[in-house]
Amino acid sequence: MRNQSRIAVISVAASIVFLVAILGTAQAPAYRAPRTADGKPNLNGIWQALNTANWNLEGHTAGKGPVASLGAVFSVPPGLSVVEGDEIPYLPAAAAKKKENQANWVKLDPEVKCYLPGVPRATYLPYPFQIVQSQRNILMAYEYAGAVRTINMGAPTKAPGDSWMGWSNGHWEGETLVVDVTSLMEDTWFDRAGNFHSDALHVVERYTPRSADTLTYEATIEDKKVFSRPWKISMPLYRRAEKNAKLLEYKCVEFAEELMYGHLRKNPSK
Amino acid sequence: MSHRLLTVAAALAAVVLVALLVQTPAAGQNQPPAAKAPAVGKAWTPPRTADGKPDLQGIWTDNTLTPFERPKKLGTKEFYTEEELADLTSRARKGEKLEEADLGAANPQAVRYDLEVYGFDRTKLRFASTKRTSLIVGPEGVVPPMLPQAKERNAERAAKEKGHEFDSYENRPLSERCLLMNQERIPMTPGANEGNLLQIVQGPGYVTLLHEIDHSTRVIPTDGRPHAPQSMRLWQGDSVGHWEGNTLVVDTTNFTNLTAYRGSSEKLHLVERFTRTAEDTMIYEFTVEDPTTWAKPWTAEVPWTKTKGPVFEWACHEGNTMISTILRGARVADEEVQKKGK
Repeated sequence: MRNQSRIAVISVAASIVFLVAILGTAQAPAYRAPRTADGKPNLNGIWQALNTANWNLEGHTAGKGPVASLGAVFSVPPGLSVVEGDEIPYLPAAAAKKKENQANWVKLDPEVKCYLPGVPRATYLPYPFQIVQSQRNILMAYEYAGAVRTINMGAPTKAPGDSWMGWSNGHWEGETLVVDVTSLMEDTWFDRAGNFHSDALHVVERYTPRSADTLTYEATIEDKKVFSRPWKISMPLYRRAEKNAKLLEYKCVEFAEELMYGHLRKNPSK
Repeated sequence: MSHRLLTVAAALAAVVLVALLVQTPAAGQNQPPAAKAPAVGKAWTPPRTADGKPDLQGIWTDNTLTPFERPKKLGTKEFYTEEELADLTSRARKGEKLEEADLGAANPQAVRYDLEVYGFDRTKLRFASTKRTSLIVGPEGVVPPMLPQAKERNAERAAKEKGHEFDSYENRPLSERCLLMNQERIPMTPGANEGNLLQIVQGPGYVTLLHEIDHSTRVIPTDGRPHAPQSMRLWQGDSVGHWEGNTLVVDTTNFTNLTAYRGSSEKLHLVERFTRTAEDTMIYEFTVEDPTTWAKPWTAEVPWTKTKGPVFEWACHEGNTMISTILRGARVADEEVQKKGK
């Protein structure tokens, strides 16, 4: 009799656990991030993508680099597509422009000139970036070109004007930081393969912790002038876990000057 | 047996509880932090961040009429009286040119812009709330004289540069090249100039300082780490911070010899102190030390005022037509000289 009641208690408890577990899988991701002092998922840290998305968002095989004298050092590494459904849904005219961009990559890619990278490219450039989280806003500092943006976590505000890094309003959805990015200029690209957008670009980013040292980064890209429908990229971001890891100065303007102004030197032979 | 069953039941109950708690957002999570009592007098203590550090956050401007160095005629007078300051302020706001005020870009003689569009509403110009006669503190109120070796070093550099100013982009000032704008250089020395908005965002173990001009961002660790190895020299040096009471102290070394601050060398050692003294006031104090340039360290104190944003994106390099225009002009001039010579 006593055993029976114990069994009853256990089975009730077990079914509650089972129910909660089912609800849990339906509503919340499997991983729950540690919290900041004000109770938000803690995304603070230095993060970096570990893929070849900056070479080409779409799947690509290895290829020869643009500078023969660099040999294998600056060849194109192969990589799988980070685009959901593998292909970017260009409108016909835009598909032609993308091809032209790709053929003139070194001449046209803003990264070659050390221009601000825009969103989402800033996230998967082969350089780290740091998330600094406060109650009112979240700052993202990127090593590349010292790019930066401040994400407003209060009531959404309107951009004072278009900019290279866009205007970011954020909010939390459970474990996920959702950032709505608008007012982006048309001058940035998505990668070194000529994938591009117009000034109608609207990006919605989702940063979701998936373990202590990884995040899932997703970005939904919408641009009616260039794409036939919204499309999505997705990739893990990894924590730079080295001791005393830090963003270092990468003022790449200096490395683009010869390319941009070298022909105007007094002695342009150099 | 029964003991074991009880343990299992207790464990299950605990799991249920934890699972339920996980599903419930932490109480008060969405509520704004409790408002702090308004500041009164000197007993004002700054609010704290969620993790208990002095809260320096917000958008600040370091715009001030107070000149960097003290006008000679003031001698050792370090502070103005209330009356003197009120008089100077009203005269500066009327557009009078004063030795006591550094009008910077708001100088009507130097008008390049519609001043109000660029944030120079003259009626809002102000002197330092500290009532100091110069931003540099102490009886001298000026940068100490440069050591002979430093004068020589700087003269040598200038001589090398002379006559080659337009040879290449490398000969142009760092600000023209969008490598380092004057206002983003550290220490930050303002004047009534454009591009003096600063935004501070604090996260656990870091204070970030975003200077509107050229989106210059310093991410300063406050976790007690040492400086980067001396072999690594950086345009803006290597900064590490720590808290002393209500003050953020930032120590910077590892400069290059290319960013000479008022003629300094790569031996420059900078200590900056950020202290909020009122809801809308931050005192930014810095001490410059470089035994290869000055016989003794010197200190300046710049009051910052809280202001409204937004902080705009300042994309300097992306829109830089200056370097190519200047160099192209120089090449045309070269050609003309050559033609005349023939």
